[in-house]
Amino acid sequence: MQSLRKSISSVWRALFGDPVRAFGVVSLLLLAVLAIAPAKEHFSEWHSYQNRYLSLIRDRGDAVSLRRRFQPGIQQVWLPQLGVVDRCATCHEGLTEASLADVHAQPFRQHPSIPHKLDEFGCVICHRGQGAATTVAEAHQSERAGEEPILPARYIESGCGQCHQNALTGTPHLNQGRVMLARYGCVRCHTAKLPDGSTVVATDDPPSLMHVADKTTRAWIYSWLKDPQAYASTATMPNYKLSNSDASDISAFLVSSSTPRVGDTAAVEVKFTAPADPAVGATLYGESFCASCHAVQNAAGNIVGGNVGPELTRVGNKAKPEWMRAWLENPRSYNSTTLMPHYRFTPQQVTIMAGFLEAKLDSDYGTNVHLDAATPQQIAHGKKLTAELGCAACHEINGVKKPENFAPDLSRIGSKALAQIVFLPGMEHSLPRYISSKIQQPRAFGPGLKMPQFTLTTAQTSDLTNALLALTDRSHTMPDMLRVAAVRDTNYQPAGHAGKLMADLACFSCHRINGRGGDMAPDLTFEGSSVQRQWLDDFLKNPNTLRPSLIRRMPRLNLTDGDRKELTDYMLAVYQSPAIDQDSEPLTTNTPAVVEHGRQLFYSRYACQSCHIVDPKTDKGYIGPTLTAVGSRLTPAWIYAWLKNPQALRPGAIEPNQNVSDEDARAMTAFLMTQKGASKQVAKR
Amino acid sequence: MMRRSILCLAFSISAIAGCKHSSSIAPALKATAAGTALVESSGGKQIGGTGSALKDPLVVQVNDDQGAAVAGAMVEFRGAEGVHFEPAATLTDSSGQATTSVTLGTIAGHYQLSATTIGKTQQVNLQIVEIALGYQQQLGSLLEEKYCARCHDSESSAERVSNYDNLEVKPHPFAEGETLNKMSDADLVAMIQHGGPALSKSALMPPYGSTLTASEVRALIAYIRAVADPQYQPGGTVYAKN
Repeated sequence: MQSLRKSISSVWRALFGDPVRAFGVVSLLLLAVLAIAPAKEHFSEWHSYQNRYLSLIRDRGDAVSLRRRFQPGIQQVWLPQLGVVDRCATCHEGLTEASLADVHAQPFRQHPSIPHKLDEFGCVICHRGQGAATTVAEAHQSERAGEEPILPARYIESGCGQCHQNALTGTPHLNQGRVMLARYGCVRCHTAKLPDGSTVVATDDPPSLMHVADKTTRAWIYSWLKDPQAYASTATMPNYKLSNSDASDISAFLVSSSTPRVGDTAAVEVKFTAPADPAVGATLYGESFCASCHAVQNAAGNIVGGNVGPELTRVGNKAKPEWMRAWLENPRSYNSTTLMPHYRFTPQQVTIMAGFLEAKLDSDYGTNVHLDAATPQQIAHGKKLTAELGCAACHEINGVKKPENFAPDLSRIGSKALAQIVFLPGMEHSLPRYISSKIQQPRAFGPGLKMPQFTLTTAQTSDLTNALLALTDRSHTMPDMLRVAAVRDTNYQPAGHAGKLMADLACFSCHRINGRGGDMAPDLTFEGSSVQRQWLDDFLKNPNTLRPSLIRRMPRLNLTDGDRKELTDYMLAVYQSPAIDQDSEPLTTNTPAVVEHGRQLFYSRYACQSCHIVDPKTDKGYIGPTLTAVGSRLTPAWIYAWLKNPQALRPGAIEPNQNVSDEDARAMTAFLMTQKGASKQVAKR
Repeated sequence: MMRRSILCLAFSISAIAGCKHSSSIAPALKATAAGTALVESSGGKQIGGTGSALKDPLVVQVNDDQGAAVAGAMVEFRGAEGVHFEPAATLTDSSGQATTSVTLGTIAGHYQLSATTIGKTQQVNLQIVEIALGYQQQLGSLLEEKYCARCHDSESSAERVSNYDNLEVKPHPFAEGETLNKMSDADLVAMIQHGGPALSKSALMPPYGSTLTASEVRALIAYIRAVADPQYQPGGTVYAKN
C-alpha cells in the first residue's frame, strides 16, 4: 500500500510538477478528449458500411450517377404523425437504386418494388426494429423495454394491415388471416377492437344447442367433444382435450338441458321408405347442388365441395332421421337464421334425400362409446364445466349465460411488449413466435389454460399471426386521415313479400345485392337492367348452366308460380342500374347488314369466341357465359353498355374493356340479339 | 479491492451467461438403413413467396439398387442462406419417404435446394429447385390467376376448367422460357395492353390496356420473368456478382 502511494505521487510530480508542464499535459488531455467524438464517428459501424458501399459502386458502369445520388452521413426520415425516426437508409444505401438489382449482399440490396415511396414511409412501420439506432445489433435485434426486433419477412403483410383495414390485392396472407379471425370463432371469446372503433365480428355460425337432443344423440355429442376432427376433418370446432368423464358429463348436461322444439317433428311422418334405387338420392343431391356449400370426403380422402355448410361425410352418424326430415322440409323451423335455403322439397323428395344423407355414415364411428345414464351430480358437473370452458361464448345453451370478457383482449396484441411475455424454455424471444406458438399449442404455456387446440396448418397459423400482428398501438393511435377504411357489408334488406321470400330462400348466402351477401354467385344489384322477364322466370323455374365450367351452381328451389312472379317482378322493378336506359337505345332498326357487320366484328376484330360460345358447332370458348341464347336472356341496353365497359357494370369483371366504339358496340349488340337459342337442349351441357 | 472487482466480474459474466437463451438441441437421429438412390416424390418446382413457407411439403424417397423404398435412412436437407427446413434432417418413413416443410429466403428468385442421404457406398445428392416471388411478382401471380391462367395454363382443376385446348392458336404458358425470354419487356407490355394483333399474333389474345393499370402490367411481366424456365436473364450490362 505504501509503495503504491509512493509511485502515484511520483507520477503526479512528473506530470504536474511545474506549471508549464502541467499546462502542456492538460492541453494534450483536452486534445485527446476533443478527438473522441470524431474518432467515434469515423470508426462507427455505419461509416464503414458507407465506405463499403462507395467501393461497391466504384467499378460499376453507372458509378458516376450512383455516386451523385449517394449522400454521406446519417440519413433520416422523420414522420412526426406516426412517431417514427428512421435512420435505416444510413447503411441501406442502395434501397432505391434500380441498377443494383444484381446486388444481393445486405445492407446494399435494392428494395423490391412496392406501392409506397420509401422516403415517405421509412422502414420501421412495416419492418419494425429500432429506426433511430445506428448500429446493426441495436437496430435489428434489440429486445429492451419498449423496443422490438425486426419482423421476419413472412409477417411483413401485417405492416400493411396497420393502415389498410380493407382487403388489399397484394396482401393475400393478411386477408386470409383476417377472414380466419372471424371465421374460426377467435373473436367469440377474445375481443379484437379495430382502430375505427368497431369490433371484429364473428362470421361463423355455431349451432344453437337449446334443442340439440332433437338433432342428435348423447353418444354422438360425447364423441364429437372428444375429437371434433375425427367426425369431420374440416370441422372448425377446436379440441378441448376433455377427459372421458368430463366429456360424458357435458354431453349429459347438454342433452338434459335441451328442450323439444314446439311443433318440430310433429308434422313430419317419421316412417322411412328407402328408395328402391340408391342412385336416386345421389341424383337429387347433385341436382340440388348441395355440394356448392357442403363438402364430402371421397374415397380417395379428398374433401370435395364448399365450406359454407358443415361437412356431410358422416352425417348419418350424427343426425336423427326425424330431425333430418324436418330440417330438409324447412331448415328455418329449427334455426331461423341458417344460411341454408328452404328448398321446398316434395315429401317424396324429403324421404329420398333424408335416406341418402342418413346412409352417409361410418359404421366404425363411435362404436366403443358406452355411456351410463348420468346422475344429477354428473349433470351439475357438466353444467359447471360448460360455464368454465366458455361453451356459451359460441353456442346458445339453456341455463348457461354467454360469458363476458372471457379471454384476453387482442385489440393491441401486435404491440405486446416482450417483457410482458412468458416464453417457453428454448423458445425464440419474439412476438410472432409467441403468437404462432400460442395458436398452435395453447395449452403448452401452462397448466389450467382454457384455450382449446385448433387444427390449423402452418400456413394458416402464419396467416392468422399476420392478422394479429397488424393490431398494433400505432394502428390505434395514428391520425384518422392516414387510415384506409374497411369495406363492410351493408345491412340491406329487400322489402315486402319478395324480401321475406328472399330471406327464406337464403339468396344472400350466395348472391350479393347492394353491398350485402356472399360472393359465390353473381352480384344481383343491377339484375333488373340486365335480364329479360321471361328468361328470369324460366331460370327460377329451372336454373340451367350459363357458365359450363362452373361447379358451384344455382339449385332448383321448387318455387310456386306465384312466388316466381313475385320475385321476378321485384327484381325487374328494383334492381335497376341508373346508367342503363332501356328506352333510349336505338337498337330497334337492325338491318341484316348491321347484324352481319356485328358478326364480323365479334369473330374477327374482337375475337370474342376465345371465351364465349355463340355457335356450338364451331366455337369452343369456355370462360364466359354461353351466348347461344343471349338474345332471349339479356336486354339490348345491357349488352351495349357491357360491351362499352364491363367493369363499369360489374367491378372486377375479367372480360377486358376493349374500348369498343359506339358503332361497333351497336352492331355487335344487334348480332347478339339475333341469338335466340335454337332450343333448350343447348342450355344444359 | 481486488477481491471485490473479481466478484463483480464473476457476477457480470454469470449475468450475461444467464441471459443467453438455451438453444434446443434436436434429438439425435440414427439411420437404421441406407439406400443407393434419392428421388423426388413431390414438392419440387413450387412457387411461393419470399420468406414464407411453401404450400406443399417437400417429399423425397430413398431407394435401394432394385428401386425398392428404404425405410429408416437419414436424409438431410440444405439450401442457400435464409432457407429453413422443418425438420432439416429426418429418417425415411415406412414407405421410404422423407418429408420436410420448406421456408424460402427473403430474396426473390430460384432456390437450389439439396437433399442428401448417406448411401451404402457413397453420399447421394438430389437437387431440387423452388421459386420465391417478391411482392411485385406475387401481385403478378394473383393477376395471372384471375385474368390469364384460364387460357395460358393448360392444367384444369375442379375449381377452374382450362380453356387452353379450345383455342385454335395455342397460348404460351408463362413458364415457357424458350419463347417468352426472347421477348423484350416492351413487347410483352404491347401484347398485354393492345392484344395479340399488336405484334401480329393471334387476335384471340384480347387487349387488357383499359382493364389493367400500367403497374399491374409491370407486375404481370415481373411474374412471367420469375417463373420462366429456363431462367430469364435480363439484357443490358451484366455486372460481376457481389
